Amino acid sequence: MSATDIAYRPVFVGDGKAKLEALFPKYPTRMSCLLPALWLVQEARGWISEPAIAEVAGVLELTPAYVKGVVTFYTMYHTHPVGRHFIQVCTTSPCNICGAEDVVKAFLQHTGCGELGNTSPDGRFTIIEVECLGACGFATPVLINDDFIEGVTPERVAGILQGYK
Amino acid sequence: MGFPHPSHAKETPVISRYFGDASARTFDGWTKRGGYEGLRKALGMTREQVVEEVKASGLRGRGGAGFPTGLKWSFMPKDVTKPHYLVCNADESEPGTFKDREILRWTPHQLLEGCAIGAHAIGAERIYIYVRGEFTVEHKILTAAVEEAYKNGALGEDVFGSGRRIDVVVHRGAGAYICGEETAMMNSIEGKRGNPRIKPPFPAVAGLWASPTTINNVETLAAAVHILQRGATWYKGLCLGNPKSTGTKLISVCGHVQRPGNYEITMGTPMTDLIFEMAGGMRPGRTLKAVIPGGSSVPIMTAEEIQGCQMDYEGIVAKGSMLGSGGMIVMDDSTDIVYQVMRLAKFYAHESCAQCTQCREGTAWTTRILERILAGHGKPEDLELLLDLADNMTGKTICVLSDSCAAPVVSAIKKFRGEFEAYLSRSRQRSMVTA
Repeated sequence: MSATDIAYRPVFVGDGKAKLEALFPKYPTRMSCLLPALWLVQEARGWISEPAIAEVAGVLELTPAYVKGVVTFYTMYHTHPVGRHFIQVCTTSPCNICGAEDVVKAFLQHTGCGELGNTSPDGRFTIIEVECLGACGFATPVLINDDFIEGVTPERVAGILQGYK
Repeated sequence: MGFPHPSHAKETPVISRYFGDASARTFDGWTKRGGYEGLRKALGMTREQVVEEVKASGLRGRGGAGFPTGLKWSFMPKDVTKPHYLVCNADESEPGTFKDREILRWTPHQLLEGCAIGAHAIGAERIYIYVRGEFTVEHKILTAAVEEAYKNGALGEDVFGSGRRIDVVVHRGAGAYICGEETAMMNSIEGKRGNPRIKPPFPAVAGLWASPTTINNVETLAAAVHILQRGATWYKGLCLGNPKSTGTKLISVCGHVQRPGNYEITMGTPMTDLIFEMAGGMRPGRTLKAVIPGGSSVPIMTAEEIQGCQMDYEGIVAKGSMLGSGGMIVMDDSTDIVYQVMRLAKFYAHESCAQCTQCREGTAWTTRILERILAGHGKPEDLELLLDLADNMTGKTICVLSDSCAAPVVSAIKKFRGEFEAYLSRSRQRSMVTA
């Protein structure tokens, strides 16, 4: 048993277990509960680690390799820890022509992240470019954690970040 | 209405009537506005009668394919020996499209009512609503509305005392454009990677868990509410000349217009009315350069081509493009077409599920070649190479993601070839242009 196995605290105990079991009647197979179960892990831990993958596989009667294949398919599941505040800026064409890349630059500048995908030295922020957030008429939309912010301009960035300590 | 703007005189607000009105969001609010009357009416009819009503209305799928909805419903087996499922596609992520988001966040009960009508029509007891992972706010609003609908008997084991059982499960996606493709969506609900499936078998034969399944877009199901409430004849009458395209359509207008937003038009409305009147036209001092009229997957149109173009399924095809999902990306003369086409190709390369070689390799190489052209390292043969790649990417894969990447590339090279050639001859550099 490795050190990480010893340190791992299961997600699906107590309240976590109740949340998982509440999923079962919604789907005819255990496998179908995989995406919502992974969301429960990410909500509890902020990311999905190898031991978490093994735990999910165990409770849903799947193999860890299978679960990992699914986790890595979907971009919103984090396979490594990210900053306390995860910032996703849409830069697909409709937002791009409205200046989204300048919004990204402003976020990088004001957070100290340096480059996309990096976490700021204080652990506060991670920034990524995201493909179409589906709010093209409100360019540029930015998702910070679960907060969907419309019409972000470079000028607004510093003020927005004030709300995320 | 053109949320976030007031309704324009040339709009026909049916589905969008209560966008921006937070009091329409609750069960009571929706009921007070005539909500759930359509469902009550449907429950008093047989499955077949509901299907016939929707067939007669001329409603076609609003997600992009434009397949007749009533006909699609009629494909579901009549003998229910296996569970039947309705899947509502709320995975809105086609660049340029942001209409379903407004339905979800302002009128979640409009969608639930439409879902229940659809479920009744196809003999389904369970509905899965697949909401894209990034729609955090909409997911919360919809989940709350589902709870309310159960409490008020609009969902559950005996919907409005009809004896009919209809359940709704809200399934949250996790970031994958391809899951908007119906068979990929079913795999995603089943707890799999979102790889599209080979058809046949079609979903009505073997869909979710190999059971008969119908997948409908949010806007399609919302339209069904009004068809049931006000009748097929009324809906069919919403049409400006082309009887093959009836009803209203939400058009998301974005990019370089003064009033980006969702405008609900009667099918057949001139495209120029939409861009220059409803959406307010170009910014001061700018002129129109190009329009991608139906979400990023359709051919690009020039400013000349939109003249006289009717906004309906056939009208846009006649002008060489497609209505698609109704997501209109408007670009003015400040736009660098080569850069934006690269950005679209990059989108498809990022979103390819990588099952099919033509798509996995084609989308990535298309992006790479466009990037080298933009960087000033293009080769004289690059445009022919891009067209050859596009040819190999069209009609040869399991789903149409690959074709969707090829369409804007081919049409942009055809219609804006000079801009590509300027990069190739080094007479233009990326730093010279603004967007």
